[in-house]
Amino acid sequence: MWPRIRALVIKEFLALLRDKVARMTMIVPPLLQLVIFGYAATFNIRDIPYAVYDQDGGAASHELLARFEGSSFFRRKAVLTAERQIAPVIDDKRVLLVIHIGPQFSRDLLAHRPARIQVIIDGRNSNTAALAGNYVNEVVQGFDTEWAATHGWQAPPAQLVVRSWFNPDLLSRWFIVPGIIGLLTLVVTLLATGLSVARERESGTFDQLLVTPLGSAEILLGKSVPGFVIGLMEATVILVAAVFWFDVPFTGSLVALYLGLVVFLLSGIGIGLMISSMSVTQQQGALGVFLFMVPAVILSGFATPIANMPLAVQYLTYLDPLRYFLVILRGTFLQGDGAGVLGSQYAGLAALALASMTLAAWLFRHRMS
Amino acid sequence: MNRMRLRGLIRKEFLQIMRDPSAIAIAVVLPFVLLLLFGYGVSLNARRVPLALVAPHSPQAQELLGGFDHSPYFVPRRYATMAAATHALVRRRVQGIVWLRSDFGRHVLARGNAGIGVFVNGVDANNAGLLEAYIRGVWLGWLSRQAQAQGSALSVPVTVEQRIWFNAALRSRNYLVPGLIAIVMTLIGALLTAQVVSREWERGTMEALMATPVSMADILLSKLIPYFVLGMAGMALSVAMAVWLFTVPLRGTLLVLFSASGLFLLVALGMGLLISTVAKNQFISATIAIVTTFLPAFILSGFIFDLNSMPWPVRLLTHIVAARYFVAILQTVFGAGDLWPVVLANAAALCVMAAFFLGLTWRLSRKRLD
Repeated sequence: MWPRIRALVIKEFLALLRDKVARMTMIVPPLLQLVIFGYAATFNIRDIPYAVYDQDGGAASHELLARFEGSSFFRRKAVLTAERQIAPVIDDKRVLLVIHIGPQFSRDLLAHRPARIQVIIDGRNSNTAALAGNYVNEVVQGFDTEWAATHGWQAPPAQLVVRSWFNPDLLSRWFIVPGIIGLLTLVVTLLATGLSVARERESGTFDQLLVTPLGSAEILLGKSVPGFVIGLMEATVILVAAVFWFDVPFTGSLVALYLGLVVFLLSGIGIGLMISSMSVTQQQGALGVFLFMVPAVILSGFATPIANMPLAVQYLTYLDPLRYFLVILRGTFLQGDGAGVLGSQYAGLAALALASMTLAAWLFRHRMS
Repeated sequence: MNRMRLRGLIRKEFLQIMRDPSAIAIAVVLPFVLLLLFGYGVSLNARRVPLALVAPHSPQAQELLGGFDHSPYFVPRRYATMAAATHALVRRRVQGIVWLRSDFGRHVLARGNAGIGVFVNGVDANNAGLLEAYIRGVWLGWLSRQAQAQGSALSVPVTVEQRIWFNAALRSRNYLVPGLIAIVMTLIGALLTAQVVSREWERGTMEALMATPVSMADILLSKLIPYFVLGMAGMALSVAMAVWLFTVPLRGTLLVLFSASGLFLLVALGMGLLISTVAKNQFISATIAIVTTFLPAFILSGFIFDLNSMPWPVRLLTHIVAARYFVAILQTVFGAGDLWPVVLANAAALCVMAAFFLGLTWRLSRKRLD
């Protein structure tokens, strides 16, 4: 049995990688994408463009605005002199926010009265708007603390002392780059397996395969191996790049990560083979890969938290292997997780792998006759 | 180009579409399902975040914690010790911890500036930042209640009054759903055409087509027109869903929206045709389609990750992603209205891209058998 499978595996590798263009499209884009997406995919904002409309012009307002000038989060783009200038600069996206200081500002503060400033934020991208609002609050809070201390204001009864664990500077790159490992590995695995049966059907070699002494389980095994090997290799390369190029700390257990990777690859291959067995033409295979991959990526928690989804959609994500693997990746990278903590994630992946493999085998036999 | 031949070819293409209903499914059913799923599923508004509270029983502490109970953002869970709360945080049962020491009440009464320890799980940095802001909001509310109770003014010198334009409630759906339309349409465009030319090559019907007197331009146009019609139907459905199902306010006009969509669809179809002309093999054509359409549209278009936050080489690169321009137009037309500087600049870029892809496809597809 083994020599037969070996021969089949060699044949599958050749079918997948013999063509130079096919080889390139399997290997180069994922690595390129890691680098580009690794830099592109961030929720952190720097150099927020802003404009100032200062009706006060007093010492206090100068002091406050100096803090914005000194912050690396903000970059002043314009100084406004009238209320009607606010709308155009925001509409054209020249600035993200306008800081408006009223004429009473310095007088209020010096008279020990609480003062207000108005911040007008472009809310078209609500997440950026919320983050920019947070940064404004942080700058103003820094000003408040100092002003209160130097001008004899009573300290508030309690202060917040905020710490974030596992990612002290809240760098979203640390969250996204491990996710890209899962994302690209899924794409490669699905592509390697999803079109493999249909390719044989279209070129007519499928019937030849059936008259060989190979059983259907053997055929599927032979088709799984290239996807597994390529996925494992690409994941490893991306992993190394994530740690050494993007400086994402890896604090957990490598064994726990690879255990997850193996089960993840198996479930990805199972789903790929399922799509492959169902489709008659390569076009259907490609469509199937697309139809699975797009929701699997968007609903995986890669960019937006699963906890924010309505319950029905949350249940649906249990069918998404990427969902579990992202937890494993982020856990082992940032939280220092070992295999023990991740038990339920492995279980979910294993269940998916088993179910999809079984279904693929059944579909394969069913479609054969 | 010959009118009659073109008509015949278009008829052939329509017949092929009708016979294999997968194209109609792609153009109409797919946008419906994907938009339904993603419109509900993709949100950056955290609600009901599980939060651990560790606090003594003093009335001052309970008064502060009451703010968390009443906030729509939190599902507070009380833990007796910091160790138990930490365990829950590591096991991902809670997203953050608010910790008041046992002497909290005494410090507050003595105006001793008591510390409130806040620990958030920073793995999801974006969510952690929002969580911090929500916690800060509860704290500010408590401060002003304290000040009121004592009949004094709020002891914070400067407070910030935020005015969020275009989206006062910061509903992330309002900008994500228009972006999703761009992503879904990118997919549809690529899926519809990426394989139609390579399919003809693989099945050998391209040779048959070439033996006929039709010109290459006829062949390409006949592939473009039917799929354009299908794609616009999908687009109309998507806009209807955004407006009525997801109640995203549409502040611009439909005319601008659909003109931009038509332009974008031309780019998407042109790209698909180019891929399928260059790759005469369906495996390669599928790979290229996935690699060059979906993932860049998802990550490099400004749909969810802000373009301004990217380093400049990457930002430069985003200029070759067509979805970038369409996302900008959609977000503006939906969120703010027909702001001409934004709309025209991006529409011009789409025109250039459409001309480029269609022109290149036409140049590359000579009637030639290699």
